[in-house]
Amino acid sequence: MKTIKTAMSSPNAPPLSKMATGIPGFDDISLGGIIPNRATLVLGGPGSGKTVFSLQTLVNAARERNEPGIFVAFEETARQIIDNTTCFNWGLPALAKKKIFFLEAQLSPDVVQAGEFDLSGMLGMLKAKKEAMGARWIVFDGIDVLLTLLQNPVAEMREIYRIRDWLAQNRMNAIITAKIEDGNRTINYGFMQFMMDCVIRLSRRLEHGVSLHRLQITKYRGSDFVAGEYPVNFGISGMEVGAPEPAEIKHAASTERISIGFERLDTMLGGGLFRGSSTLITGVPGTSKTTLVSKFAEAACRRGERTLFVSFDEGAEPIMRNLASVGIQFRPHVKSGLLRMYSARTESTGAEDHLEKLKMLIREHRPRYLVIDPFSAIAKAGGLAAARAVANRLIYMAKDKGITVMLTAISEGDDPQSEATELQISMVADTWIHLSYIVRSGERNRALTIIKSRGTWHSNQVRELVLSEAGPMLADVYTAGGEVLMGTLRWEKETEVKATKKQRRADVDLKQRELQFAEADIRVRIKALELDLQRQRAELELYSSDDEARTLSSSERENELRRMRSADLTGRAVLTPTNGKPKGANGSGHGVNGKKSRKEARDAS
Amino acid sequence: MRRKKTLAKSLGSRLTAALVMRLYVANSAPNSLLAIANLQIICDEFLQDNFKLEIVDVLEEPLRALADGILVTPSLAKLAPSPIAKIVGNLSDKSSVMRALGIRG
Repeated sequence: MKTIKTAMSSPNAPPLSKMATGIPGFDDISLGGIIPNRATLVLGGPGSGKTVFSLQTLVNAARERNEPGIFVAFEETARQIIDNTTCFNWGLPALAKKKIFFLEAQLSPDVVQAGEFDLSGMLGMLKAKKEAMGARWIVFDGIDVLLTLLQNPVAEMREIYRIRDWLAQNRMNAIITAKIEDGNRTINYGFMQFMMDCVIRLSRRLEHGVSLHRLQITKYRGSDFVAGEYPVNFGISGMEVGAPEPAEIKHAASTERISIGFERLDTMLGGGLFRGSSTLITGVPGTSKTTLVSKFAEAACRRGERTLFVSFDEGAEPIMRNLASVGIQFRPHVKSGLLRMYSARTESTGAEDHLEKLKMLIREHRPRYLVIDPFSAIAKAGGLAAARAVANRLIYMAKDKGITVMLTAISEGDDPQSEATELQISMVADTWIHLSYIVRSGERNRALTIIKSRGTWHSNQVRELVLSEAGPMLADVYTAGGEVLMGTLRWEKETEVKATKKQRRADVDLKQRELQFAEADIRVRIKALELDLQRQRAELELYSSDDEARTLSSSERENELRRMRSADLTGRAVLTPTNGKPKGANGSGHGVNGKKSRKEARDAS
Repeated sequence: MRRKKTLAKSLGSRLTAALVMRLYVANSAPNSLLAIANLQIICDEFLQDNFKLEIVDVLEEPLRALADGILVTPSLAKLAPSPIAKIVGNLSDKSSVMRALGIRG
């Protein structure tokens, strides 16, 4: 099958400098492009993409490196060619005026052929044109059309030699295309393959009723190339070759956690998914796989991150309508350009073509999240083996680009292991969530299980997934008899728990109030006692001051009496010391005086 | 023999009056030289002097040939009288050439 083939080139030989064609994938398998100043032969049956291959190379050279080119059209007129490529974003009409010269080289059917002719005149004209416009590239598209008119294999070969020599003299990068008939007829231009340095073969064939385009490099002198047949896809930017992924796996591992869209599932996954990881969601139809991945996509958009949502066999419009009923709104994100919806019918093309299309979309939209629902649908057309290879390649590619992927797959039964027989993505996926129905006590309820999640702790519990207008959510866990209760059983338990809680709350409330009352009662009593105490203190105060007043007034009255009798005042000797007697010697005098001054202070206040 | 030729000559003269042709060649490429020689024979035999022939060397006047829509060499264009015709090849197929030029031999 696909092998890396090493051409027999001496290891000491300097590497061949190559001219990039700018065709995505081709420059990878040819390890750089085509050989400069030489002719590359592109062979293929009708409708295999020869003209697109050669013209796209010219367009890329003109647009990216500003190298003009000449397109010699033996089969179609310039107008036909330009019209045929309007589906590509090449801007060919504008280029045709300045950078790409079309030489219409069809012999009119009215032309009479009388004997042998040659291309020396044409090459002379092309040389003049080349010098006039400074062309670096030339394409001879459908050279077989003209050469067959010679009706002489020797003459045909001679003209091919003529072209080859002319190219070498004029130093131009050339692509020559010719038709070959695969299968029943022998190849007419076998000799061309010997003369050319690089031969590319394009083919188109039916496989399981699906038309598949393929490209193969069959010869490359003096250079390594990746041998094998690769799928070719046509998109808005033209042809693209599905180059194989390198054998060595070199992915960066992020430790950044991202939310899956609802908190409880994040908790079950130990804090969310790792950025750049891949998640597989399996389940039988109707287990709300789409809702789950949509929630994830919506959460990503809400964080302002670009997301690509690919749905197989279901249109974007019905998906958005259905999601709105569970509270997931895609429209605003589609409008803002963050979310890109892409819907494809799986019967129409093979898995590899889908992969090429997805690659193209990823390049165009540059998403950080990729959702494919249901991914298992790609196995419908083109065979299971191809689909498996595609599944692996897609996941590896996404990892390379750091895109977080979420895929869904329909499993046959409730046993998640049955998925393994289909696409075998569960082996490459980092996280595997299985959705199932659990039928118990006359009910069918959705259950969610995390089967694996690499590099992170995750819950081992089976949880009930409930859909409501507010979106999907995981119900609270109630276990009974060692089982997680679901549906009505869970509801009953939930109600019971609620009732118990309510009762307990009421009890607590009552107790609190009782305690509050008791506290208030104590406080009142404390207050009453305090007031009593104050009253007693006041009484005591009153009593002591009364006594003092009484004592004072009696001594005053005595003094008054003495004065009236003109007798000595008591304590005078103390109040007016005359003979240097130490103060305070008369203890009683001091005492009276102190008492008096205190009395005066009280009166003043 | 002589009479017949005279008849043919007068007939040819009348039919191919003012036969204007242009032959595009690629310098001295073998097919081009062959074409010149083959045309010479036809002219000598059937047209005598009753024709106008211009020989264009595509390698010397490439852009003119390109404008004239020439693809391969040698190419012979019959410009007058109408209908115009175009013949490619080294003109070795004499009867085809004569038919295309409208010469009855």
